[in-house]
Amino acid sequence: MKRRSSLLVILVVALLLIVTSVSAQDAVTIRYQLWDGNQLPAYQQCADAFTAANPGITVQVEQLGWDDYWTGITTGFISGEAPDVFTNHLAKYPEFVALEQLVDIQPLVERDGVATDIYYPGLADLWTRDGARYGLPKDWDTIAVIYNVALLEAAGVDPAVMDTWTWNLEDGGEFQQVIAQLTIDSNGNNGLSPDFDPTNVAQYGFVPDGMGGAYGQTQWSPFAVSTGWTFNNGVWGDEYYYDDPRFIQTIQWWADLNLVHGFAPSFEEVSSLGASTMFQAGNIAMTMNGSWMIGSFLGSEFEVGFGRLPAGPEGRKSMFNGLADSIWVGTQHLEESWAWVKFLASLECQSIVGQSGVVFPAIPEAATMSLDMRAEAGVDVSAFVEQANEEGGTFLFPIADYAGEISTIMTEAMDAVSLGTARAEDVFPDANDEINDLF
Amino acid sequence: MAVTSVSSRSEAPPPPGFFSRLGNNQALLGILFILPSLIGFTVFFAAPAVRSVFISFQEWNLLTDAEYVGLENYQNILELSFNPLESAAQDSDDVLPDDFDELARVQVGGGGFVIGARDPRFYRSLGVTITYVLFNIPLQTVLALGIAILMEKAANSPLLRGIMILPWLMPNVIVAMLFIWLLDPTLGVINIFLQQTGVGQQGFFGSPDQAIASVAGVNIWRHMGYTAILIFAGLKTIPKSLYEASRVDGANGLVQFLRITLPLLRPVLVFVLVTSVIGSFQIFDTIAVATEGGPAGATRTIIYYIYEQVFERRINMGVATAASVVLFLILVSVTLIQIRTFQGNTSELADYS
Repeated sequence: MKRRSSLLVILVVALLLIVTSVSAQDAVTIRYQLWDGNQLPAYQQCADAFTAANPGITVQVEQLGWDDYWTGITTGFISGEAPDVFTNHLAKYPEFVALEQLVDIQPLVERDGVATDIYYPGLADLWTRDGARYGLPKDWDTIAVIYNVALLEAAGVDPAVMDTWTWNLEDGGEFQQVIAQLTIDSNGNNGLSPDFDPTNVAQYGFVPDGMGGAYGQTQWSPFAVSTGWTFNNGVWGDEYYYDDPRFIQTIQWWADLNLVHGFAPSFEEVSSLGASTMFQAGNIAMTMNGSWMIGSFLGSEFEVGFGRLPAGPEGRKSMFNGLADSIWVGTQHLEESWAWVKFLASLECQSIVGQSGVVFPAIPEAATMSLDMRAEAGVDVSAFVEQANEEGGTFLFPIADYAGEISTIMTEAMDAVSLGTARAEDVFPDANDEINDLF
Repeated sequence: MAVTSVSSRSEAPPPPGFFSRLGNNQALLGILFILPSLIGFTVFFAAPAVRSVFISFQEWNLLTDAEYVGLENYQNILELSFNPLESAAQDSDDVLPDDFDELARVQVGGGGFVIGARDPRFYRSLGVTITYVLFNIPLQTVLALGIAILMEKAANSPLLRGIMILPWLMPNVIVAMLFIWLLDPTLGVINIFLQQTGVGQQGFFGSPDQAIASVAGVNIWRHMGYTAILIFAGLKTIPKSLYEASRVDGANGLVQFLRITLPLLRPVLVFVLVTSVIGSFQIFDTIAVATEGGPAGATRTIIYYIYEQVFERRINMGVATAASVVLFLILVSVTLIQIRTFQGNTSELADYS
């Protein structure tokens, strides 16, 4: 109630400002922040196009690395220095809604008749709660397998296997078979050989992208969800299922790739410099990561390919995560910020982003441009797009309150299992209780 | 002659100027000298410290109104419960009261007990911090003492002293980044060396068993030179004549070290100990960069715990400040004990001179 009325005041004041500023021709500068340096050039281009169309408004684009970005947003809320508009993440925004820091743009969407159905289905709805709307979609991402072309060839593995391969909880299916075949010990035996020595591995078949914390977006979530497991009881859920046996078994299998089989480097090794750095060192055959990393992987000193995720008991499943642009409640320029958000969410800006090929924009036509741009360069990244287009191929990033608390609790438990200091069945039921007690 | 002398004596001296009057007023001068630092101390340390005591009795997320909750924040981090076990097989959860999680389980014969805490992470972070201090302080002090003595005896050159202090001049974040690469299990040069010498690959920051020791090692490397310089300065205050006299009496190097160097160095050592113990209880930056409190909470020190309450979890100023107040009380106690035990405020040199 209080927020509604203060919002109304802001709106009225902002409108008055607009009226006066238009007559005075005052130039307004709004600040916009994003965390991905690879996307900075495209968004700078958008900002220039926006200023060309709206000469009174300048957009100052600022980029900070992921960790600094979120610390900066939080401290900015408190000190009153947060950017007017910023790139928001599904893991973070429920927290900001709870802290009453985001402008509900639904009244503006209705006033200006902005179409919210031009995006990939479901993307726009992720940013709504109880009739309020906290952002307009900008892009989406899915997960795929990234492989070292030369290493697969040397081991006699045809990448086409990834179009059909399977995974299951009992023995890891064909997915684990391929990883085993690509793992070679110092005597030249691969992981399928009875003489394979897991303590003396020269080439790993797979490097997991870390332990994955509470969400396992690029790690275990495709496997866990393909068993039919779900994170919680739906969007804005208040009950988590980290105590489900299917989840527990999946995590133990994930950890055992290293702990038992020796097909993957230990989590101690992965945690320091990260999986993509290790993969790019050139002696690991495969990894998994998100579509926003395509550019980084293409920068490897060897040829990389992108393959489909294995199909689990319930099919191929990738997390479908979407980013959006949100307006901070403390902005002094609500109308200008809204105009910028509208532009960011429009086909015009998303086409610019799509043509840069760095990410897949939320509007399907613009996403196709991204795909085409990569194809022209001779790179096939269709594994990511097919995953998004497949019926039932995606599940949503779990949107719920207390993400910070949940991450802290789950990262600790996940670390312990991945490092072999605890068994999954011993830690996750307790961790799940602690999480459900939050709500 | 007498007249002139009388007249000159009766002549009034010129009134002293402002600055010379100021120069004569030692107390005022002293206050003026410390004023800049006093302002900084009051604005940036004392006032926030006092304020944080008030905040520790509130529930506050910095964005909405604070609410007075009394001792609840302290209760949340400090309260323990002891629960006897009826049998060895009994599940800890059966005996723990609601809102309590297992901190430790002690098995005695067929029974035993379970210690529960409302927030076991706070006590574990205390444990991690103390482990860190116990790694850090003895090693750092002994190494620094050794280096200081070597510098005095063998290599007393300003260049060397400059090099010794270099690691201390490097920003903590850069040191941490540097060691992430040096200690990396697969690509780090230290691990490559360890593998080639047959010691084998070590996890360092990534291993729950080695992480806190690795952080301690990095900080020992960083601080040892600086501490050595402080001790070196202390060594310089010991009169050479004492060593000459003892040599005449037939004392060897070890006896000289134990009977002359150590006792006369005591005030400097106490200063070094007190400041480095306080510093190591507050270890944060290396951990924030290299391990983020992980793996599995193995490097969640108390300051990292406090940081997490505000920057990682839901903004919880009340718990964060309550934990800070507890840390402050611990540091005051530890410091008082150190000064009492080692009598840091007196020196044998006073007897000598």
